[in-house]
Amino acid sequence: MANALDPHAAIVATAGGLDEGGTLRTADGQPLARALARSSRRARRRAFLLVLPLLLFILITFVVPIGQMLQRSVKNDGFSANMPQLSAWFHENPRGTEPDEAAWAALAADLSAAAQSRTIGVVGTRVNYDMPGTRSLFTSAGRKARGGIEPPYREAVLEMDAKWGDPKLWSVMREASSPYTSNFYLASVDRTRDDQGNIVSAPAQQQIYVKLFLRTFWLSLIITCTTFLLGFPVAHLLATLPTRKSNLLMILVLLPFWTSLLVRTTAWIVLLQQQGVVNDILVWLGVIGNDGRLQMIFNRTGTIIAMTHILLPFMILPLYSVMRTINPSYVRAARSLGATSWTAFRRIYFPQTLPGLGAGALLVFILAVGYYITPALVGGASGQLISNMIAMHMTQTLNWSMAAALAALLLGGVLILYWVYDRLVGIDNLKLG
Amino acid sequence: MALPTYASPLEKVWHYAYLVICGAIFFFLIAPIVVVIPLSFNAEPYFTFTDRMLSFDPDGYSMRWYDSLLTFGMARPEAPRDLNWWADAWQNAKWVNAAKSSLIIGIFATILATVLGTLAALGLSRPEMPYRRAIMAMLISPMIVPIIITATGMFFFYSNPCEPLTWIGLNPECGKLAGTYLGVILAHATLGIPFVIITVTATLIGFDQSLNRAAASLGANPRTTFFRITMPLILPGVISGALFAFVTSFDEVVAVLFIAGPDQQTIPRQMWNGIREQISPAILAVATLLVIFSIALLTTVEMLRRRSERLRGLTPK
Repeated sequence: MANALDPHAAIVATAGGLDEGGTLRTADGQPLARALARSSRRARRRAFLLVLPLLLFILITFVVPIGQMLQRSVKNDGFSANMPQLSAWFHENPRGTEPDEAAWAALAADLSAAAQSRTIGVVGTRVNYDMPGTRSLFTSAGRKARGGIEPPYREAVLEMDAKWGDPKLWSVMREASSPYTSNFYLASVDRTRDDQGNIVSAPAQQQIYVKLFLRTFWLSLIITCTTFLLGFPVAHLLATLPTRKSNLLMILVLLPFWTSLLVRTTAWIVLLQQQGVVNDILVWLGVIGNDGRLQMIFNRTGTIIAMTHILLPFMILPLYSVMRTINPSYVRAARSLGATSWTAFRRIYFPQTLPGLGAGALLVFILAVGYYITPALVGGASGQLISNMIAMHMTQTLNWSMAAALAALLLGGVLILYWVYDRLVGIDNLKLG
Repeated sequence: MALPTYASPLEKVWHYAYLVICGAIFFFLIAPIVVVIPLSFNAEPYFTFTDRMLSFDPDGYSMRWYDSLLTFGMARPEAPRDLNWWADAWQNAKWVNAAKSSLIIGIFATILATVLGTLAALGLSRPEMPYRRAIMAMLISPMIVPIIITATGMFFFYSNPCEPLTWIGLNPECGKLAGTYLGVILAHATLGIPFVIITVTATLIGFDQSLNRAAASLGANPRTTFFRITMPLILPGVISGALFAFVTSFDEVVAVLFIAGPDQQTIPRQMWNGIREQISPAILAVATLLVIFSIALLTTVEMLRRRSERLRGLTPK
């Protein structure tokens, strides 16, 4: 029976001693080294089998979906699947070929077919992603082409709308004729392709994503700094108070941690809105006039305040657990050697808190970069982060490939930070409360 | 923390300033949560204290927002409150239905996450576990990867769960998981698993393996050893992990927004709609109930943690 739980013990207990060749053997005559190797293999397999069900579960419900998202960020067959003849023509003729009558015939045939199968909207939407304003071109052509288009095709199509002759449109259609494209990634970094297929900067009014990424990182940095400034003294107090008192105060940190995110966000809306509690108190105190109520919510300030509050426990808890282990006699020694309290703090105490600070700051930054709920509810227009743009593409513009490309870039950033966190802190040191 | 006797006057001033600053930060942490509680009893549809409330006039307070939680969405909210009225509320009231959905999803997701997570934590804490760090990093990642990314991936997956099979050359047909209870439960279990793993692994640190060996040497088989020795010792960690998983599910909104259908209207989703459309003080009543709920959970987890530390002999003070 002991075998099942600790094979090593079993083997050693029943070891058969040395044989003539001088190798250790077990009772049944096996070389000990081989028996040990086999038993440790068995123990490894048993440990792995315990983890296996969860590993498979996470693989199916988490890793595969993320993979599907990554695939979606480069794959969009809205055009190629519904415009087969024109796509085939693009494949046969290299870039730079002027569209000949065969191309126009393919276009006309595909337009009529797509109009009949009612997929012309999908095609138009796909082209519209790369060349805004073209969706209506396709839908109106679909209405006219439902009964079929007579030759000569070039004149017939151009008669429906002269825009069909635009070389930029043909270039975009060529891009879309392949189900796989890097255009959504280009768009996520504010780049686009010109008529010749060269990568150029997007028009100034369409350059939004880089700015949004920068804003997300900047706001996350500010939030990390404010959580540090607020979290450090509290963690220090909790770590130096006697256990009974600090346990009591710890509840004040853990309660927000356990309270629903939506409750905390609602609470900040209630507190900060123009007719809210904070403004009322300021008016009552005479700090501001009744007509000068501060706009503290539905803008960037709201995002920073609410997110600082929500992420503060994630800074306090790692700092606290590191500060608890710092030996106070080092600071006392420094003081006895003549250091002022500031010097003792700066040169002796603070450096010892750095592991906790690194853990807390990385955790807060990683969480802040991906935050969605709070900015969406209290951020207004200027407090939105990149997650809100992903959600907008998912639920409103339905440009799922664009959402997937933005999400993939964000994911890359977060995974790098996660890797750094694992290197510096170790993922198994993550604690909750 | 006491001030040393050799402190200079400037240090004394700084020490008291420091205590005041800490007090202010504690106030910042707790005030938003406390302030919604009295406001939820406001007789007026305002989000601030009315003069009547401040003068403690009983007319300034009412239970109307709590009452509206029961009546919102009912077919005949004005009917006399007999058994039919309660049946109507149980059937149709939106917040009641949201609470039912949240509980169903939360309970099943918790069971799934706890069973799988505990098994994995047991495996991960064995010294022989190969690739321990990498596997741990992967299992924890649903907590680290931003929820919006997870939800986006899940949206694609649950709308077409068979699509990944086409990557390996198969082409089967299968239904949707989006818009079903099963889909939301699976998603919430995925999000809750890291919490179970972290708490159970923490309990297993310092777990004395010789107890298992002792049981085995006394003739217990592995199953008996697990249920009579290991399980009781790690149970506090398992329960608090389960509570974490339940809270994660109970508070989750993004995945629900992306993959749930109209039947899986949970409390957070209902709150989300309420805050975005027209915010009514009924939200504050829900918030108050949720705060009370979280206080109860916090107390339970704290008691479990102490019990676990006592059982493992980790409480010196």
